[in-house]
Amino acid sequence: MTLFIEQCLNGLQFGLLLFMLAAGLTLVFGIMDLVNLAHGSLYMIGAYFAATLTAWTGSFLLGVAMALVGTLLVGMVLEVVVMRRLYGRDHLDHVLATFGLILFFDETVRLIWGPAGLSLPLPSWLNAPVQILPGVYYSAYKLSIIIVSLAVAAGLYFLVMRTRVGMLIRAGASNREMVGALGVNIKLLYTLVFGLGAALAGLAGLMQAPILTVQIGMGEIIIILAFVITVIGGIGSIRGAFVAAIFVGLVDTLGRAFFPDLLRMVLSPAAASTAAPALSSMLIYLLMAIVLVLKPEGLFSAGNK
Amino acid sequence: MSGWLSARAVTVVVLLAALALLPVYVELGGSRFLLTLFTRIIILAMAAVSLNLILGFGGMMSFGHAVYLGIGGYAVGMLAHEGIYSGFVQWPVALAASALFALVIGALSLRTRGVYFIMLTLAFAQMAYYVVAGLARYGGDDGLTIYKRSQFFEPINLSNKTQFYYICLALLYASIYLVWRIVNSRFGMVIQGSRSNDTRMRAIGFPTFRYKLTCFVIAGVLCGLAGALLANHTDFVSPAMMYWTRSGDLIIMVVLGGMGSVVGPVFGAIALLVLEETLSGITEYWQIILGPLLLLVVLFARGGIDGLLRKVRYA
Repeated sequence: MTLFIEQCLNGLQFGLLLFMLAAGLTLVFGIMDLVNLAHGSLYMIGAYFAATLTAWTGSFLLGVAMALVGTLLVGMVLEVVVMRRLYGRDHLDHVLATFGLILFFDETVRLIWGPAGLSLPLPSWLNAPVQILPGVYYSAYKLSIIIVSLAVAAGLYFLVMRTRVGMLIRAGASNREMVGALGVNIKLLYTLVFGLGAALAGLAGLMQAPILTVQIGMGEIIIILAFVITVIGGIGSIRGAFVAAIFVGLVDTLGRAFFPDLLRMVLSPAAASTAAPALSSMLIYLLMAIVLVLKPEGLFSAGNK
Repeated sequence: MSGWLSARAVTVVVLLAALALLPVYVELGGSRFLLTLFTRIIILAMAAVSLNLILGFGGMMSFGHAVYLGIGGYAVGMLAHEGIYSGFVQWPVALAASALFALVIGALSLRTRGVYFIMLTLAFAQMAYYVVAGLARYGGDDGLTIYKRSQFFEPINLSNKTQFYYICLALLYASIYLVWRIVNSRFGMVIQGSRSNDTRMRAIGFPTFRYKLTCFVIAGVLCGLAGALLANHTDFVSPAMMYWTRSGDLIIMVVLGGMGSVVGPVFGAIALLVLEETLSGITEYWQIILGPLLLLVVLFARGGIDGLLRKVRYA
């Protein structure tokens, strides 16, 4: 039972992390109609910045804060230099151009930091397990990821639905020209939105960094899951991304933890241990297939596209 | 419109002839490496030609096409691992497995359009990647070495490099011809019509879903054949063959060469792989040049190489 609670929390934590990535992806798609494959590169950059800056300043929190600002700036520069030229073009153009960006970012990181991975050590106050229920301990760091992500999700909802900037963002999504004609600097707004998405990706990357190694290609692996989530949730819908991310995080984590045992009840132990790794990695894709058969536009389709 | 002697027609003929004469040049003292490199180029060109059928003519933006390279390759690799070397078993299995996979993911993905389609094909290909990487019996992540190439009847010997080159080349020419025939048939017209306006095609009375699915399966099978060739070429298969960045490479070949032109992908494959080879000779960090170059092609040269050749009509 303790194991089950722990795995549920792990799933929740992984899901919330994926939400950070998927939120940026779906925000940029919903508002700028831009498919950004290089979103995973921003995730990687956030992690590299955090590892370097933490080592440089000697403070985890300071390093993380600087890394966030750094990723935000990289995102905004990227928008001004490249992405701006891609708006209104074919989706295939987006895919190709941002694929080129992935090659560029991966190689730049290799040039600066070298091919070996980095690690981001945790400060001692985050490294200890905390008691969440009588007799149930959980990693303080993973718990803090859950809290931070929930706060960010709430903040994002507030920003988009309850503030003037959010209103302009939503207006820009439905009619770019009209918002511009009313005297709003839509170009600046888009740069800010892209920067926000980049910072979210960077945050996900640096939060994941202490758990996994910081390495080249880390973004390419996880970005596919973020795509799966945006597709399940409905492209352009932040609410959908949230629901789908939690769902995918739980299914993936619990699947990997308990599916092999379930399989052992049906198959012989030898056959089960052969088939389990392959089958449990298929679970989320099966989930996606089922959702799309029932609702081809995703669970919460944005509707304005 | 342009006559037989347009720059484009001349380039195509010269290129196809040059590919056929390459082994002669190698025999006369050229580098053996050239033969290996171009065998690879020809195989990947075949994969790109098949992708172009759905991407360029059908407007189906598949981002998981490399999965068939993997399926075709693993069909050969797994059967060889189990001691079945006959090409008459391996290759049909490779084609059938590709067809089946294309049928299933096509039936699911073609229900959606646009970005959903891109991401679905991408996700299903990644699913196949993880499944293969999880197969411990067949090497898992590390891949599988093939100790014996596919066996056919007597004079055919795939281990002979020159012979293998010509077999690949013949199959490439055959697939170009096949795609050309498909594109210019009634079936191909329906596919292209559906790319321009799917709703109208359905209103006229064409069940476009079935047409597109058939087209998707044909492209998958062709690419599966390329995968079987690739496995024989490298004597090795690994999940990396179907990683999503490989699908990206195939799309680059198609767009670089010129979408919706039957021979375009061949130009694209040659351009990309020769460029990679040259750049990696100059610097270890060659992708730092290739990435932005790709960006520039997207921004400023959308017709690709074939588009450029069409412009030089009276050169």
